[in-house]
Amino acid sequence: MEIVMAFVIGILFMTATYLMLSKSLLRIIVGTGLLSHGAHLLILTMGGLKRGAAPILGGNAESYTDPLPQALILTAIVISFGVTAFFLVLAYRAYQELGTDNVEEMRGTQKDD
Amino acid sequence: MTNLIILPILIPLFTGAILIFLNKRIIAQRVVATISSICSVIAAWLVIQKVRTEGVQSLNVSSWDAPFGITLVSDMFSALLVFTTSIVAFVCLLYSFKSIGQEHEKYYYYAVYNFLIVGVNGAFTTGDIFNLFVFFEVMLMSSYVLLVLGGTKIQLRESIKYLLVNVISSALFVIAVAYLYSVVGTLNMAHISSRIHEISINGMPGILTVIAVMFLIVFGLKGAIFPLYFWMPGSYYAPPAPVLALFGALLTKVGVYSITRTYTLFFYHDMETFGLLSILAILSIIFGVIGAIAYWDIKNIIIYNIIVAVGVILYGVSILNTTSITGAVYYLIHDMLIKAALFLLVGVVISITGTSNLKNISGLINRYPGLGWTFFIAALALAGIPPLSGFVGKLLIVQGGFEGESLIGAFIVLMSSLLVLFSVMKIFINGFWGKDRTYREEEEAPVKRLLIAPVILVVISALYGIGSESILPYISQAADTLLDPDIYINAVLKE
Repeated sequence: MEIVMAFVIGILFMTATYLMLSKSLLRIIVGTGLLSHGAHLLILTMGGLKRGAAPILGGNAESYTDPLPQALILTAIVISFGVTAFFLVLAYRAYQELGTDNVEEMRGTQKDD
Repeated sequence: MTNLIILPILIPLFTGAILIFLNKRIIAQRVVATISSICSVIAAWLVIQKVRTEGVQSLNVSSWDAPFGITLVSDMFSALLVFTTSIVAFVCLLYSFKSIGQEHEKYYYYAVYNFLIVGVNGAFTTGDIFNLFVFFEVMLMSSYVLLVLGGTKIQLRESIKYLLVNVISSALFVIAVAYLYSVVGTLNMAHISSRIHEISINGMPGILTVIAVMFLIVFGLKGAIFPLYFWMPGSYYAPPAPVLALFGALLTKVGVYSITRTYTLFFYHDMETFGLLSILAILSIIFGVIGAIAYWDIKNIIIYNIIVAVGVILYGVSILNTTSITGAVYYLIHDMLIKAALFLLVGVVISITGTSNLKNISGLINRYPGLGWTFFIAALALAGIPPLSGFVGKLLIVQGGFEGESLIGAFIVLMSSLLVLFSVMKIFINGFWGKDRTYREEEEAPVKRLLIAPVILVVISALYGIGSESILPYISQAADTLLDPDIYINAVLKE
């Protein structure tokens, strides 16, 4: 199962890299979203994909799942959600102000302003 | 166990929350922000005294015992940095009152400002590697807002690049933490350190070297070391002076702190990674100096000097002996103070002249002698002229370099001081001497009031240099903890 996950994560990273190398701002944002998805899945996989009961004290199950990666992934998802939302708004505002969503045209020098 | 160490995080957090509700009442915002800022400085000072008398302090949040819950740890290194951060934050706040403008103030400038301090102080204080990531994000989120607040074209353009770089580095951070967790099975930094020690008896396993390099990439992106500083000159160019001063003084130093902390606590078994750090630090110094000399723009000159300073500090860390680590800690604090001062002074110059191009500025000292001499002292302190504060740190780092038989590095640090001096003197000679000019915006700038903040910082920095003898015990205590991870581990895991 971990092997399959490794491939999934690899494909996510690959797609994210491809998207982030493109020039359209929207594609770049989708790329960052995929990148963080890959990272989140990686956390989950790194803890080991175990089957077992919920990790509650006093239970009598033979094995327990590891709660820590789940806590981490939750925190990381919330953060990346916030950052992506901010990024989208920023991109929209930049599009309004600069009149382009092509990062090639956003280069500019400092003397432009 | 003491709740004191959480105060420098909690005070700005609550202040920020309160300030959101006061967004249209500027005077009230200023009063609340000032009071809370002073409270933070006092709290940070109390933490230093507590650590001085009772050793490393740790706090298990919600009473979940370490290593299971999140732990906050204040050793002397982080306590000193939190104190310096509070001072810099207070002074930049004073400067903001006169310069930032009503538009910023009404749109949550002070609230976000406080959240930034939460992130920085939290990153310095936390003892949990994932919690470090969370505080990094708090800090970054606030920095995005501060960078883009105002919404001019250059700000929007640069914010996008800054955001993209940091989103990628955050993803790498998460990946590095995931790898680390899979190897050691814990997130508490003290616990990680002791587990790594257990498995590294016959040398550190290769996977840990990979993780060490990943941490170097992640924190290096934040701290702007070679070759990861490419984003900095552009992004730091955009925001107004007080924000720039905060970024320049604090954000890169959080990266430097994190490298120092993780390398001295986790990866001290493997001297090869320290060798890599050393090479990158020296290259940062060289490239930073080249940038600082090449530009004719006062903002860019000081921005490139950040890279030089980061290189000098990390070079001290990479040598890893008592002298060099003491020097690095000393220089780190010096650099936070003096960079903030220089950026504020640059802000004053720009508010007078309306430009940051050195070729359009000259003769400022005729009408603004106070500004001129403050800048002169700050420039000397930056380059490390005795008895000012840069000298002792650099001396110790160079001495440590000789002791560690890293002669080339020590030599480059020495040479870099000369070139740093040249780069700031270039500003002084071309900008302050020469023919007096009249500038478009001259009437508007309240120069004397703006000068208060940088003067405070320069005075503190001068005292820090002159009184280095009496500060040395604190710095040595910080260096001792960094060099002997057992002190840190025992303080966290004993309870």
